[in-house]
Amino acid sequence: MEKILKCHVGIGEAVEGEALVADDNFSARYDLDRIKGVFSRPTHALSGQSYKDKILVFNTAKGGVASAWMLHEMTSRDMAPKAILFNTANTILAQGAALSGLAMCDRFEDGDVTKLIATGDIVSVNPGEGRVVVKARGD
Amino acid sequence: MRLTSEEKAMRAGELGPARKWAIEHQLQVGRMFDAEDMVAVSQSHMMADPESLGEAGVALFERFADLPEAERRVAIPMITDPRGVDLTYYDPLGQTEEMANLERRFIAACNALGVLLTDTCINYQTIMPPVLGEHVAYGDTGVVIYCNSVCGARSNFEGGPSALAAGLTGVTPRYGLHLDRNRRATQRYIVRQQPKGLTDWGVLGAVIGRSAGSYWEVPVIEGLECVPTSDEIKHMGAAMASYGSTPLFHIVGITPECHTLADVGGDSLPCAEVTKSDTDALRQPFGAKGEKVDVVVFAAPQLSLVEMQQVADLCKGKSSHAATALLVCTSPSVYADAQRMGLNETIESFGGKVLQGTCFYQQYSREIGEANGWKRLLSNSTKIVNILGGYGYAPALASMEECIASAVKGEVV
Repeated sequence: MEKILKCHVGIGEAVEGEALVADDNFSARYDLDRIKGVFSRPTHALSGQSYKDKILVFNTAKGGVASAWMLHEMTSRDMAPKAILFNTANTILAQGAALSGLAMCDRFEDGDVTKLIATGDIVSVNPGEGRVVVKARGD
Repeated sequence: MRLTSEEKAMRAGELGPARKWAIEHQLQVGRMFDAEDMVAVSQSHMMADPESLGEAGVALFERFADLPEAERRVAIPMITDPRGVDLTYYDPLGQTEEMANLERRFIAACNALGVLLTDTCINYQTIMPPVLGEHVAYGDTGVVIYCNSVCGARSNFEGGPSALAAGLTGVTPRYGLHLDRNRRATQRYIVRQQPKGLTDWGVLGAVIGRSAGSYWEVPVIEGLECVPTSDEIKHMGAAMASYGSTPLFHIVGITPECHTLADVGGDSLPCAEVTKSDTDALRQPFGAKGEKVDVVVFAAPQLSLVEMQQVADLCKGKSSHAATALLVCTSPSVYADAQRMGLNETIESFGGKVLQGTCFYQQYSREIGEANGWKRLLSNSTKIVNILGGYGYAPALASMEECIASAVKGEVV
């Protein structure tokens, strides 16, 4: 059964994809090997996993301003996630989403988004309406 | 969002496609953070190294650089964060001609836009520190946290695209730290372990940043028994912003918006202690006593002239181990002063290399590490050891004195 999650109005176009979820934080600079398209930081909860075309779900954004350009650069090479969802975004990730056209939402009404969505779920993200739909559960 | 007539003209494209792009970018970001209007800013500071920009980012700048002068010139003074390639010294580091060419193209585009290529993340020590209440659009988290907290200026973290947009429009969306209500303390910390030296200050900032947890938290700090120097509070802020995405802190009796705890609403907050066990726990993953050191790095933030003298004094009359490299990153203006005063020569006689206008983690550090076979990196910067774990390094943390002693011995002392 579909589950509808309301959130703050976000950035970018509506997209659908498979979720990759971690109760962890995110920085494109600190955590990724952007050439290979994987999480490279050994201590990150998703270390070694591919992020390409995923709907990434995290607690919050961390660290440096480089992530804004990096989202744009990753998108230009088609080596980017489809969307990023946060409990709380920071300004940098929102700015990067605006430049790159990547979908991004945060501030979910029903609580911790890293608990509301599970890895493998098929998720539809509509930033303009502030709405995320979990269409099918992963196992 | 409410727009002025000039902002509406930009949106309609009447002032050219660059300013139209800029204001539309700002509207998207402003909507996400519930800004009601724009606020005029006096300066913009842009982080834009070629590793982050890539071909796509540089191409964006070149599109704007091709416009007529009236359409491409920035509207306010706009300065830059460290570059990714020191064009006087890149081949020996293992950086490629392709990287250098991307840098050259970006520099040419910035010159066409009227951007001042200061190439520094310590503009508050070297260029023009903002004043209390001044609205600015700064990039580099270390710059923002210092200028908000120590100078009392008002800036959000403006990533490169947003700093560029602010440079082109002269305004930025009024949200976050431009508003009084978001500058009030939300968390209160009492320091029980007094920091001594730059690294201790960085570790303290890292502990609080990691605990603070998000961009929207504002720590207020009590219990410090001495006033930090500009370099000490620079390391503290840079580490706090790195570990926590924290853009503002207050220190009671020290930072300008917080003469008393009540000034920032801290008197009503529950209090968390920062103890020796907290700082020890943060340092624990970065200890490597007795292990071989491949490279010692002083950077993040770039070194002030005072730090350059401290490093030079430690290097004087000594030599680095044949298997250990030493890199020191500073701004072009500090480099010129240090050259005039003989500090660079002292560091380079030791066997180190002073890089101008770069910062190690922003200059293709993964590729540099692979080209030189560097794995174990030692630094006194709590910020840089946090970042470089994801870049294939095994980073270790030590004081400036221990870093130089380790460079001499070739292993972590």
